[in-house]
Amino acid sequence: MKSGRTEIRVSALHKSFGDNHVLRGIDLEIGQGEVVCVIGPSGSGKSTLLRCVNLLEEPSGGEVHVGGAELTDPDVDIDAVRRRIGMVFQQFNLFPHLTVTENLTLPQRRVLRRGKAEAARVAAENLRRVGLAEKADAYPSSLSGGQQQRVAIARALAMGPEVMLFDEPTSALDPELVGDVLAVMRMLADEGMTMMVVTHEMTFAREVADRVVFMDGGVVVEDGTPEEVIGRPRHERTRHFLSRLLDPAMADVEEETSDQVGKEP
Amino acid sequence: MTDTEKLPVQPKRKGLTRRQKRSLSRGIQYAVFVAAVIAFAVSADWGRLRNQFAQVDIAERMFPDVITLALKNTVLFTVTGFAVGLALGMVIALMRLSSVGPYRWLAGIYIEIFRGLPALLIFIFIGVAVPLAFPGTEIIGGTYGKVALALGLVAAAYMAETIRAGIQAVPKGQMEAARSLGFSPARAMVSVIIPQAFRIILPPLTNELVLLFKDSSLVLFLGVTLGERELSKYGRDLASQTANSTPILVAGLCYLLITIPLGFVVRRMEAKAQEAVK
Repeated sequence: MKSGRTEIRVSALHKSFGDNHVLRGIDLEIGQGEVVCVIGPSGSGKSTLLRCVNLLEEPSGGEVHVGGAELTDPDVDIDAVRRRIGMVFQQFNLFPHLTVTENLTLPQRRVLRRGKAEAARVAAENLRRVGLAEKADAYPSSLSGGQQQRVAIARALAMGPEVMLFDEPTSALDPELVGDVLAVMRMLADEGMTMMVVTHEMTFAREVADRVVFMDGGVVVEDGTPEEVIGRPRHERTRHFLSRLLDPAMADVEEETSDQVGKEP
Repeated sequence: MTDTEKLPVQPKRKGLTRRQKRSLSRGIQYAVFVAAVIAFAVSADWGRLRNQFAQVDIAERMFPDVITLALKNTVLFTVTGFAVGLALGMVIALMRLSSVGPYRWLAGIYIEIFRGLPALLIFIFIGVAVPLAFPGTEIIGGTYGKVALALGLVAAAYMAETIRAGIQAVPKGQMEAARSLGFSPARAMVSVIIPQAFRIILPPLTNELVLLFKDSSLVLFLGVTLGERELSKYGRDLASQTANSTPILVAGLCYLLITIPLGFVVRRMEAKAQEAVK
């Protein structure tokens, strides 16, 4: 941890969708300024964990604290807490009926009640940060996936968040567009933003993350520095996952294993 | 024997090929259609029809009142009814999508009742039952208010279902993105979801406007003064005065004067929406 203060604290978190027990007791702490990458096979619950951190999914049990506020408290002002948490989605989720600038100004005006001029200034500043100042008046549909994702990051940043959550931000992108988005995320990390990133980009995890968390079957299997988790994984499950991820062409056909989520009640 | 002679030969067809059959069947369809049109044209008594429906001097006498009074009232009834229907339909659609059970049930009951009843019965209900139930109260705007209310009540049921479908057609990620930016559910609905939903439902809503335009003729069941007559009533009144049906034809043409351009607009919007999806 870079500093003493804990920004995100998840304790004994459980989440079920009907009979499907997706999260089975997650404990995780992320300090201020820390960059944590969450990796794991699909269905391991890593996206669900991320979505529980800003309560897009309602946890079935356990507690989530962000910046001192308990999100799992039934009386919490969730909209107020969410203003401090930026979220970036796999599918970008820009507002298609608004221009790039309007995408950035509408939330500032409606949620933060900023004035027109200030919202426009903050929008322009953040578009410049992600390198898209010249696209200010374009509509999202005319942008490439990588540009849309950078606008989505700028939109979240314009709200002045203390924490940024990334849900597989590069998974929907063509391979040649991934680099631009990762560069913006790296810049944020260098600026000291607290980040929780669900990703399959191992190079990013190895170079930018302070910690890597490997999840499988709804639990945290390994948690440590990138050198520990990616370089010298202690668990067989981690090794197995990494070998398939780093060299998918060499994988064998295998039986479905029982510890995959959704197989047991 | 060479190699080519050994290749499997296409089986010999008996009779027509598929293409020939298709053009033959198309030819028969055209022939039947042309024969039907000719039979109709020859057998109808055009002289009597023209006498009854196309008396130019009677048609001339209808102007300008048919436009300045009748068509104006029809448009006025339609637009006010549409406005009431849209506002009420929006409320019902949101109730239908609410997480609160009783709201959903109420909206469902409303939609089932007002979609299932003929508009005519609603007009009679507004005209007779409401004054009986609340004696001494007047619906604001007199006949105009009553028509707006009756048309609006019927239209709201249809529009609520259209609006609901439009809201549900907006991808779930839009609400999630808005909520994660700190929008409250209501504010996200107003600022992000509904503007997108309306783009989707603009064509069906315009269709609803065309339907209302025609339903506005039911106002004659409320009893109207001379100045409140709309196209159908005006046409019928004049027809009985002159003992000739020409006013009916003219009134009909006036309806088409509005509905056909509206139909063009709807098709244009549908094509545009299609393009936007691509």
